[in-house]
Amino acid sequence: MADFLINAVGLPEWLAWTITALVAAALILNVIAGGALVFIWAERKIAARIQDRLGPTRTGGRFGWLQSLADGIKLLAKEDLMPEGADGMLFKLAPYISFCASFCAFIALPFAFDFVGQRLNVGVFFVVAVLGLEVFGVILAGYASASKWSLFGSMREAAQVVSYEVPLGMCVVVPVMLAGSMDLVTIAEKQSGWLSNWYLFHDPFTFVIFWVYVTCAVASVNRAPFDLAEAESELVAGFHTEYSGLRWSFFFMAEYGSMFLVSALAAVLFLGGWNGPIPVATLLGLSEGTGDTANYFVRLIGCGNLLLKATLGVLLMMWVRWTLPRLRIDQVMTTCLKYCTPIAAAMFAGAMLWQLAFPGGVVRGISRPAGEIREGWLEGPGGLSAGRGAVGAKPTALPSAATGTPVVPTLESSIETRDVVKVGS
Amino acid sequence: MNLLSAGLPSTAIPLFAGLLDAPVGVAHYLVVGAILFTSGVVCMALKRNALGVLMGIELVLNGANVNFVAFSSPYLRGEGAASLGLDGQLIALFVILLAAAEAAVALAITLNFYNNHATVDIDQADDLKG
Amino acid sequence: MIMSLLASALPMSGLLAALPVAAVNWHSVLFLLFAAVACACAVAVVLADNVVRMAFYLVLSLAATAGLFFLAGAEFVGAMQLMIYVGGTLVLLVFGVMLTAQAPFVAIKTSTGDRVLAGMVGAALLAVLLQAAFRVEPWRRPAMAAVAAPAATPIGMALLGVRVDEPVAGAPPAAVRSGYLLPFEIVSVHLLVVLVGAAYLARAKRRRTPRAIDVAASSVGPVVTAREAARSSASALVSGGQ
Repeated sequence: MADFLINAVGLPEWLAWTITALVAAALILNVIAGGALVFIWAERKIAARIQDRLGPTRTGGRFGWLQSLADGIKLLAKEDLMPEGADGMLFKLAPYISFCASFCAFIALPFAFDFVGQRLNVGVFFVVAVLGLEVFGVILAGYASASKWSLFGSMREAAQVVSYEVPLGMCVVVPVMLAGSMDLVTIAEKQSGWLSNWYLFHDPFTFVIFWVYVTCAVASVNRAPFDLAEAESELVAGFHTEYSGLRWSFFFMAEYGSMFLVSALAAVLFLGGWNGPIPVATLLGLSEGTGDTANYFVRLIGCGNLLLKATLGVLLMMWVRWTLPRLRIDQVMTTCLKYCTPIAAAMFAGAMLWQLAFPGGVVRGISRPAGEIREGWLEGPGGLSAGRGAVGAKPTALPSAATGTPVVPTLESSIETRDVVKVGS
Repeated sequence: MNLLSAGLPSTAIPLFAGLLDAPVGVAHYLVVGAILFTSGVVCMALKRNALGVLMGIELVLNGANVNFVAFSSPYLRGEGAASLGLDGQLIALFVILLAAAEAAVALAITLNFYNNHATVDIDQADDLKG
Repeated sequence: MIMSLLASALPMSGLLAALPVAAVNWHSVLFLLFAAVACACAVAVVLADNVVRMAFYLVLSLAATAGLFFLAGAEFVGAMQLMIYVGGTLVLLVFGVMLTAQAPFVAIKTSTGDRVLAGMVGAALLAVLLQAAFRVEPWRRPAMAAVAAPAATPIGMALLGVRVDEPVAGAPPAAVRSGYLLPFEIVSVHLLVVLVGAAYLARAKRRRTPRAIDVAASSVGPVVTAREAARSSASALVSGGQ
């Protein structure tokens, strides 16, 4: 988009980048906020149907689809409370910290090949790292509320999130190993083609790792059955007991945003990202070189595909929430340390051995030739395929220069590297 | 071009380069590193809470990290200046790892001290004195 | 890029005559933003009295430092800083703060003499460091434009002992480019030792006489504020009880 603004409209480069970045940020904010609206309604409907009742049926017609709007108006109109012994500054800042962590992780998440806020070479690492920062908002909320129940809830949640980062990291490393790059765009692009190219079906170890990832992700975002931090029946409302109105809604936007984020991350890492079960673009004859409009259309389809998969993931989380009973804190820790971590480690070792034994894949993807070198790291920004297009990015090269030729370390200069890393032949 | 340095003598250092179109150099990163390092040292010297001293240690290590990363950055390198290259980033990585390890042990010691003496005031840690 | 230079000569530039700047170097603006946050929060850590607020300012400062790392092109180090330093070490520190933030220890005052002395030492150190930063001429010159190659795999390969990154431009031809396999292994064993050591130090010990902290808690009396009860309950929860 920045290129369009620079070339067609004739804006100077810095202004074009500014506008592009603002548009990208506004789009991501809309994804989170709009998503939260839809998910709140969906949660109430799904909860109702699972519990054999109807859910919202009055606001906005038969299906109550304006219920979220009514909730939002109610929250805005609520009284702004703060407990007497509370630490004012920390109490007010805590929801925004949670929300910022959830929002910032979307910077590196790609919605289609070119629809990414900033195409980071370490995209996966960045997203997982920023997800783990949400715990600060929770801890500060629990402390600053000057209430015993809030502190209990926040300490439990912090322990849970920090513990589950370990198996989550191990689960996330398996697709990185398969793709050869931490760049989320590269990982998703490697799964282009038919359903069999998805990493979910790459080998049985990755299949198991996907389900371990789902467990760890659900625990990371504190959804049932791991939601003892907000255990309504035990701790009143956990760390956000003392919050009301707009501040509470920020916590919930952060939670739904994180749910959407881990679902979208699962889709990109394991379920092919924006590449559907059927390669629609190739079947329609559209490819990278067929002009800007066709490209944009293809990417739009891909974006819709990813949003669909992420939404299905969120609906799965809601389904699990209203089906399974809640775990105790010691059961949560047992699941993490005694089950998830060893299983993830064993599956990681298994996936690694599978790569060594069958480098080209046992069932080769229909659209992928055999013997492709898995040098995914060279395909990042500044790499061989020079996929530098980004919807919004701060300039990584200074405006007075750069002809845009990437600096690529050549492999020929280190022959032993080629023998070490090449797994195809 | 730099309006803020227009009134200064010609040997003026572009301190506020970033506000206009002059890019930042290594020196600007070193200033940040220096401020972090000094804050850490003052924090270590000043605080009587053991955890405050720990925070000072973290600031010191981060100041050093900023320096390492600045020297290794390809964007900040001046014409013909030397650079640490990848080594700077690797050293910064090791510093982060070792800081984590040292913080864990220091915190364990602090909590033991707290359990045994019911205080985190380091001025009260004088059992071995004299 | 060349097209953009040509395009900027279009009549749209007439509109920009109204703006006070000719161009905004976003790299520098973002650097100033992150640097300001990092430095301001670092100074706030020193000046704050409340230890919980100190921890919060430290978190902000280190997160801004991670942003500085990203701007300098060290993306892997920046992500590591966020995950390990901010998301691990500081969470540990904040846990420690929460466990020990009983009322008398939340804000311990230092004597004025100590503060003056520390201020003088700090000022002297800062002066030395600042003049050293601006003394070397190549460090002040504007940077040349560069596009960095992705660094994650070269870092990984270097940790395995093989250097695959391009040699730095100004390096002498016979410069040794060593791998980092030995430090990597040493750090791994070191972390294992630290893990075992910290777990051992923090274990629940069977005691014949009550801990000083339990004596102190019981001597406060039946009228305990909610915060005191919360703290002691939280410490009992985490330490597994005595």
